[in-house]
Amino acid sequence: MSDDGYEVAIVGAGIVGAACADEFARRGLRVILIDREAVGSGATAAGMGHIVVMDDSDAQFALTHYSQRLWQSLRPELPEDVEYDQCGTIWVAADEEEMAEVRRKADYYSERNLVTDVLDEAQLKTLEPNLRPALAGGLLVPDDGVLYPPCAARVLAERAQQHGAKLQLGCAVERMEQGCVQMSDGHEIRAEFLVNAAGAVAPALTPGLEVKKRKGHLVITDRYPKFLRHQLVELGYLKNAHAVTADSVAFNVQPRRTGQILIGSSRQYGAEDKEVDHDILSRMLQRSQEYMPALGSMSAMRTWTGFRAATPDKLPLIGPWPGDKSLFLATGHEGLGITTSLGTARILVDQITGAQPEIPIEPYLPSRNAKEQVHA
Amino acid sequence: MAKFDRARFDVLVIGGGPAGLAAASRAGQHGATVGIVDDNPKLGGQIWRATCEQEHPQTARWSEQLRRANVTVFAGTRVLHQIEPGVLLAEQMQSAHELRYDKLVLATGARERFLPFPGWTLPNVFGAGGLQAMVKCGLPVIGKRVLVAGSGPLLLAVAAYLRNCGARILMICEQTSARALAQFGLSLWREPAKLAQAFRLKKDLAGIPFATRSWPVEAHGSEALESVAISRGGKGEAIACDYLACGFHLIPNTELAALLGCTIENGYVSVSDLQETSVPGVFCAGEPTGIGGVELALIEGQIAGLVAAGQIADARQLSRQRRKALCFARGLEQTFKLNPELQKLAKAETIVCRCEDVTYSRLRPYHSWTAAKLQTRCGMGACQGRVCGPATQFLFKWNPDSVRPPIFPARVESLALRATAATNS
Ligand SMILES: Cc1cc2nc3c(=O)[nH]c(=O)nc-3n(C[C@H](O)[C@H](O)[C@H](O)COP(=O)(O)OP(=O)(O)OC[C@H]3O[C@@H](n4cnc5c(N)ncnc54)[C@H](O)[C@@H]3O)c2cc1C
Ligand SMILES: Cc1cc2nc3c(=O)[nH]c(=O)nc-3n(C[C@H](O)[C@H](O)[C@H](O)COP(=O)(O)OP(=O)(O)OC[C@H]3O[C@@H](n4cnc5c(N)ncnc54)[C@H](O)[C@@H]3O)c2cc1C
Repeated sequence: MSDDGYEVAIVGAGIVGAACADEFARRGLRVILIDREAVGSGATAAGMGHIVVMDDSDAQFALTHYSQRLWQSLRPELPEDVEYDQCGTIWVAADEEEMAEVRRKADYYSERNLVTDVLDEAQLKTLEPNLRPALAGGLLVPDDGVLYPPCAARVLAERAQQHGAKLQLGCAVERMEQGCVQMSDGHEIRAEFLVNAAGAVAPALTPGLEVKKRKGHLVITDRYPKFLRHQLVELGYLKNAHAVTADSVAFNVQPRRTGQILIGSSRQYGAEDKEVDHDILSRMLQRSQEYMPALGSMSAMRTWTGFRAATPDKLPLIGPWPGDKSLFLATGHEGLGITTSLGTARILVDQITGAQPEIPIEPYLPSRNAKEQVHA
Repeated sequence: MAKFDRARFDVLVIGGGPAGLAAASRAGQHGATVGIVDDNPKLGGQIWRATCEQEHPQTARWSEQLRRANVTVFAGTRVLHQIEPGVLLAEQMQSAHELRYDKLVLATGARERFLPFPGWTLPNVFGAGGLQAMVKCGLPVIGKRVLVAGSGPLLLAVAAYLRNCGARILMICEQTSARALAQFGLSLWREPAKLAQAFRLKKDLAGIPFATRSWPVEAHGSEALESVAISRGGKGEAIACDYLACGFHLIPNTELAALLGCTIENGYVSVSDLQETSVPGVFCAGEPTGIGGVELALIEGQIAGLVAAGQIADARQLSRQRRKALCFARGLEQTFKLNPELQKLAKAETIVCRCEDVTYSRLRPYHSWTAAKLQTRCGMGACQGRVCGPATQFLFKWNPDSVRPPIFPARVESLALRATAATNS
């Protein structure tokens, strides 16, 4: 069986695949969204749902800022269960060195029209009284927010369906190339364009793709309403996240609408199994207690792990895969795919439909790595 | 910073019910250093649970054996997590423990199964064993009208206990058929001990109506329970009462076994004749290997304790007894299988997940537990799916999720502890 008259077949109904399906369908393309499990059951189910602007590179800033604005304009249409709260981020500075980073960041953001607020020690204490005393200060980014990713993915998939997209769940894809998606049950789906949105396992479908799994742990507590008001991230986070090989942990806590507190975060390479690693878990919780001692006596309900799809230059892969005219990628979003899903969908669909993207797309093109190799 | 203790044992037993008590004392008799852990303030497990004032005589007898064998008792202690193979993390009210072992016996018992029906979340609707436990801890039931309903031999034990405490037992509703019970009854002739027990209960239960193919359809009441509509052999009936004690047989506690990687088949931990699980050095005894009652729990516990202490020949002498008790366990399973009619009890607005207030109609659209959980939060609450997991498994045929630590909610500082100890030492 084949030919169902689809223009686009997307493999992977995580938040990225779902956002792409929504965008294609709303621009009038006939699209099918395929997942071996349920919508939003991969990394999307594991992620923190912090909608955050970051500036590790200009390109990262451009995509996260663009996406954050897209989330804000989508907000009125999101149902309750997406739990979108614009709580803002506070980047917490422990010492003077990190305060310097706060000021650098504030300048960088304001040059690019993003409002921030530099906090001194006392202001930080007022906004988040449960942080330990004697921190240097912080940077408040009020437009950042949090949401609940699996429901956000479901909503995007439902919107796609309302615009005629087809959703096919519970069937694994074995191969996708040359305009044909082959399912493990032997069934084939043909489409002019194929999108690999399989997250951290994307290389299994597109061999040669430079995406590695970067494991993360999270812990959720019982309900403690009003204990925490903003997403708090230590600035040492940046130093840690840059380390490409060593395991790292950072203080990163998030207030959920339920009053629960989501505690992160950790990064590990080369850990392929889903099991909770007690050593890294305990280090991560230690770190969070160093910043917020009162977390220690809270009741932890559950822990889990997830895999970020990491690329060598920490930027996602959005665009055509060299060597197969039908094949496009939308993966490699590392720790930012919840945020950047909407921006990713826009610029991917722009590329396929020939529309003018609103931000430069070159930094995300999959061919960039190949170019680097040629120049090297 | 919280207190952090470390201990090491040749044989560590998790669970202080009949299976765990038997395992610990048998292992201890042979010179092994033994520890036993239970999350209740006193040992005894579900059946020999202490009242607030006094220890159950059976627990006292076993505790004496534990003392003689120098077994270390950790009461009020919950095992949460495996730090690494051979090392468990446990928590008490004020402290955490790192427990190392050479051999481990899992004797984690069972819990009641609850099925949702309209009104089951009303005040004064309890689990059958749950109400019994509350009465043991001082809830007065003298003169109270109690309807006992659900499935399994536990209903009889609870009815007898409550009646002895002065309650008026209005009726026992058992969902299984009279035929299934009769077949089970016949097979009891091969089990004199069971028969005696059944007779003893029979005397305690004399005069209480016992209805088969019967179950609660809806619990009514404005603030708290006032009456229960039941289906009795297909006909409707209303019963005014003060308490409904309702549980649908038992579900084994296999979370810890699953966390350690033990093979679990059809919901039960797989074990050899010597109670060995699929993980070397880890044994399992009692209800997690199959709901079999206290006799089987005691036999399996002894075997596990003996084998863990290296006394294989002694353990083999119990093989025949074990085989016989296992027949009884299989009979239980057959007899109290849930009637598919019970799947229809939950209505659209009936709450299935109590922790997160998720109704039946919200779960309906999903194809798997994982999808339903992610979208509705079903099973994400404090009980971690211990109640709604088995219910949805029965209602929708969903397979349960993989187990994630901590297997019980735990203090953040306890989960953080290993690193402290490592940096301090
Ligand atoms: C611990 C942690 C914390 C995070 N925190 C944040 C955060 O705060 N903010 C943020 O923006 N991002 C965060 N992220 C990152 C974010 O979760 C991911 O970038 C994002 O979910 C990626 O979405 P995706 O759709 O690409 O991948 P996934 O959600 O993994 O979706 C891929 C889908 O493809 C399907 N699939 C795979 N192979 C096949 C196949 N062969 N056939 C059919 N289907 C297939 C899978 O079933 C899956 O549903 C975090 C990630 C982790 C791990
Ligand atoms: C609520 C209830 C009431 C019952 N009442 C009766 C009765 O009145 N009469 C009767 O004949 N049978 C009764 N039973 C059945 C009875 O429990 C079994 O027949 C038998 O006692 C099982 O023994 P066991 O040792 O396998 O398990 P249990 O007696 O259940 O003992 C297991 C023990 O392990 C503990 N435990 C489990 N996990 C952990 C952990 N991670 N950390 C620390 N401790 C842990 C539990 O709290 C429990 O104390 C009852 C069962 C239940 C569920």
